Amino acid sequence: MAPPLTRPPLPHTQPWHQKRSVRRGAHAALVYALAVPGAILFTIPLLWMLSTALKEPKQIFLFPPKWIPDPLLWGNFVAGWNDFLPFNTFLANSLIITVSNIVGNLISCSLAAFAFARLRARGKNLLFLLVLGTMLLPQEVTVIPQYVLFTRLGWNDSWLPLMVPPWFGWPFFIFLLRQFFMGIPRELDEAARLDGASSGRILWNLILPLSKPALATVVIFGFIGNWNNFLYPLIYIRSMDKQVLAVALNMFRGAYGNANYQYMMAVSLLVLLPVLVVFFLGQRLFVRGIALTGIKG
Amino acid sequence: MGLTAASTRPRKGLSLRQREELDFYLFIGLWLVGFLLFTGGPILASLLFSFTNWTGLTTQEWVGLENFRKLLFDDPLFWIATRNTFFYSLGSVLLGTLGALAVALLLNQKLPGTTLMRVLYYIPSIASGVAVSILWIWMFNPQVGLVNYLLSLVGIPGPLWLGSQQWALPALILKSTWAIGANMIILLAGLQAVPTSLYEAAKIDGAHPWDEFFNVTIPMLSPVLFYVLVISTISSFQILTDVLVMTQGGPGTATLVFVYYIYQNAFQYLKMGYASALAWILFAIILALTLLQLWGSKKWVYYEDQAA
Repeated sequence: MAPPLTRPPLPHTQPWHQKRSVRRGAHAALVYALAVPGAILFTIPLLWMLSTALKEPKQIFLFPPKWIPDPLLWGNFVAGWNDFLPFNTFLANSLIITVSNIVGNLISCSLAAFAFARLRARGKNLLFLLVLGTMLLPQEVTVIPQYVLFTRLGWNDSWLPLMVPPWFGWPFFIFLLRQFFMGIPRELDEAARLDGASSGRILWNLILPLSKPALATVVIFGFIGNWNNFLYPLIYIRSMDKQVLAVALNMFRGAYGNANYQYMMAVSLLVLLPVLVVFFLGQRLFVRGIALTGIKG
Repeated sequence: MGLTAASTRPRKGLSLRQREELDFYLFIGLWLVGFLLFTGGPILASLLFSFTNWTGLTTQEWVGLENFRKLLFDDPLFWIATRNTFFYSLGSVLLGTLGALAVALLLNQKLPGTTLMRVLYYIPSIASGVAVSILWIWMFNPQVGLVNYLLSLVGIPGPLWLGSQQWALPALILKSTWAIGANMIILLAGLQAVPTSLYEAAKIDGAHPWDEFFNVTIPMLSPVLFYVLVISTISSFQILTDVLVMTQGGPGTATLVFVYYIYQNAFQYLKMGYASALAWILFAIILALTLLQLWGSKKWVYYEDQAA
């Protein structure tokens, strides 16, 4: 490597606007002047959602809008949730399906990802190409024949079409985990292998504990994806008592929405809340996971 | 190394190498079965469907290329859906990528408050799904919605948005830019990976900040930027939830996009064969665009390991 270059001495006759401190100050002011209004603009829709959710009907249609409602009707959350559709049932259904799907994804995808990252076998490259290929494939190509298949199996109006496939892996998560596993030094598991550890033990005791950022990323993306999944429950589930939050929320909008913006915003906010909570709980690990694997959902 | 391992720990029947291969197939087993049942099989089935006039109810008849002929030459809705989808994609990818790049550049600074602002820009991109589509119906309310209120503050009379033939699709584009945070995070990670030595070298050479931006930042960021472009394009072609919840393709056919048209044909009109043909056309378009971007990237994406 070349020796570090020394900075040439600066001339002493700098005009004021080129002085370091002034320039830095002006630079910071410019950054704030552009970024702060944008940040506010990005935040206010959610605040507006909350504000609407707390309003009494006649304040909703005030123009210009009233930001802080008077009175603050926290009861709108309870009324919107309980008085129209059985949202407690939908919540329970969404939770069961989402949690089960995440567990299924974690197990099936870490197994496959470990195999692709670490184990040598004939045909591996070709199979991995299949994983990549299916990542690019739009779900619209498979959704129709899957519908035919699941209908033939008698799975219509049940949770099975939503809950079975996640136990058989998801190409995007396999890819994400594989990328992460590849970054873990191979010496570690080769040492363990020499000590007689099996592949399963290496994955469980060595790779997974080191992969928390990637696993957190799978959990968060899995949660958001399953919680928000709209198309599948929409086409498969008919019975009210089996319905999930995303579809129920849209039914609520269709049936009561136009006259009840305060309830619609209240219930929408409640449906959104778990996503935000999960994100904030896993945020530290998650951001690292994304930065390390360069992937978004 | 494999030899020593094998000799220190002999196994009945299987060599270490064979054991590893067996493990490989055991470990990918779930995925492989799932691929055959839920992806590979359905792909083949879908391809077969696309050559039939199957409705899901009646018996299917082989119609050859009739579905493709009909949708290309005999179905004005197909072309409307294609045009709308391209328009949406172009708008949302351009605004989304440029917006994300601008925000990432602004927030890639060591100034107080930038971490908080990164979080504020990022939150909307994880807040997605039906709840957010409903929020934006309310945002776009022509009389008392927030969007038109903000426009009125700067003296612009807002349009009818979702109720207008002309503005419904731009409204969906506008809504999509609320989620630029996902791209911003990836671009930020890319910016932070640019070696500071390059900027120092540019400073020593007396480069103007603009030169620095176009000759250091952009080339070093180009692989990440390329990735963002490709992923955003692919996902913009698959917009569905917003249309299902916010516009149902309307008013008229103003927001009839490709995937919504597939959905209508398959699950409302039960034209499974026709919808499968549409799905394959969509796949072909996405594949062609991805390859086009890949080909175009040779002209502007800079990969360091190929530079020397």
